Amino acid sequence: MDRYLYVAMSGARETLRAQASNSHNLANSSTTGFRSDLTAFMSRALEGPGFDSRAYATTSSVGWDRSEGAVVSTGRDLDMAIQGEGWIAVQAPDGREAYTRAGDLRLDTDGTLRNGAGHAVLGDAGPLSVPANASLLLGADGTLSIVPLGQGPQTIASVGRVKFVNPPAAELERGTDGLFRMKDGSDAPADAAVKVAVGALESSNVNTAEAMVTMIELSRRFDMQVKTMKTAEENARLSASLLRLG
Amino acid sequence: MESALWAAKTGLDAQQTRMTVTAHNLANVSTTGFKKGRAAFEDLLYQNLRQVGAQGAADTQLPSGLSLGTGARVVATEKMYTQGSILVTDNALDVAINGRGFFQVLLPDGTQAYTRDGSFQVSSQGQLVTSGGYVVQPAISIPEGTQSITIGNDGTVSAQVAGQTAPTQVGTLQLADFINPAGLQARGENLLLESAASGAAQTGTAGLSGLGSLQSGALESSNVNVVEELVGMIETQRAYEMNSKAISTTDQMLEYLTTRL
Repeated sequence: MDRYLYVAMSGARETLRAQASNSHNLANSSTTGFRSDLTAFMSRALEGPGFDSRAYATTSSVGWDRSEGAVVSTGRDLDMAIQGEGWIAVQAPDGREAYTRAGDLRLDTDGTLRNGAGHAVLGDAGPLSVPANASLLLGADGTLSIVPLGQGPQTIASVGRVKFVNPPAAELERGTDGLFRMKDGSDAPADAAVKVAVGALESSNVNTAEAMVTMIELSRRFDMQVKTMKTAEENARLSASLLRLG
Repeated sequence: MESALWAAKTGLDAQQTRMTVTAHNLANVSTTGFKKGRAAFEDLLYQNLRQVGAQGAADTQLPSGLSLGTGARVVATEKMYTQGSILVTDNALDVAINGRGFFQVLLPDGTQAYTRDGSFQVSSQGQLVTSGGYVVQPAISIPEGTQSITIGNDGTVSAQVAGQTAPTQVGTLQLADFINPAGLQARGENLLLESAASGAAQTGTAGLSGLGSLQSGALESSNVNVVEELVGMIETQRAYEMNSKAISTTDQMLEYLTTRL
């Protein structure tokens, strides 16, 4: 069989993988704080006998889209959207510190502050816990203040501050659970400059129009790879029939 | 089968659930004391097909790996306990809670339920009941021959009985509060049940220790914002369409493959 059949096949396979990544982005077009996944193709030349024509394609995850999603006002006291760059520190199921942009916070029975996915939100010293209160206020810098149960508004007290970090994007990577972590395994330092909009959520930053165009492009590219495979097959058949002429 | 198909399918499922939540919210736009729900989305696990930073050879490292996401899901449908607007009805038995707290009612099977719907009525036995007929806790009996009933800001219920000069106090409406009201389990009929996530009920007098005060002659309307729901509906529909387009495109790719080769 001609070897370019395999080159075309690798192109078709990797295009399908890119399509899977694109479908994942589209499926998450409503996920709060979601960061769109970026894929890129790389060529991988394979040297061998004869003319060096074999360059296989490989798809790579090259990170995530760093643009910000639209800020949607919800009016809920415990919703927050980070303005500009920055991340909310949460405790991942493995106990390590991880980062997310989803700021749909709530309290659980123990008074632990958690986000929509159930991860405990970290303060400057471990997970934030809020005592029983008459009202809970979230400040623009992540400060939580409460009016203790049974007391008047003059007793408002600060109970902690959500840890925000803002490490360079190149030092972060997305884990398989969708949370971001530092590549070197360390905890990023808190950044006091990160500000949030309270009563709002950041929507997914998936550009759906772009994702649709990418989808069409990938689909056509796939067709072309298949066409090449078909040509390889025809060539092979023709050369087989050549031998039958005599 | 192809993961592009399945990722898009999870998107369809999640949008469908969100549409159900939106439709339920819209259907309850006039329900007294109703609290709107919200679907919380989450991205599903990522599959690491090629680990970033792995050794390409003894002395080279892969600069970028390949991890493919597997879609989205609705991780929770949470209730939003923002205050609904107070509508004045001038009906003496209508009570609105302004602030935190729930009225307590007793279900026929003996379990305690909680509600924000304060459109009370008097049963044939003279007891204060919800519009669904459930007895309000602590039980309040309205004596026979009552001319008028007054419910105070702190929940004190007093009745003016014919032939008496002063009104008699017949009971007090108590409110219950939870550390995490969003964790209450909705039962339908405007009723909510305590759950492991909500924490135990703490009862108290309205207006004290953080509980809201009562306003009689008024009802708390639903906190559904129709415009917000409609915008959410448009977004849901378009996202649904795009996910179904992703499925049909992947299908066409596979079809092209099977028919052309």
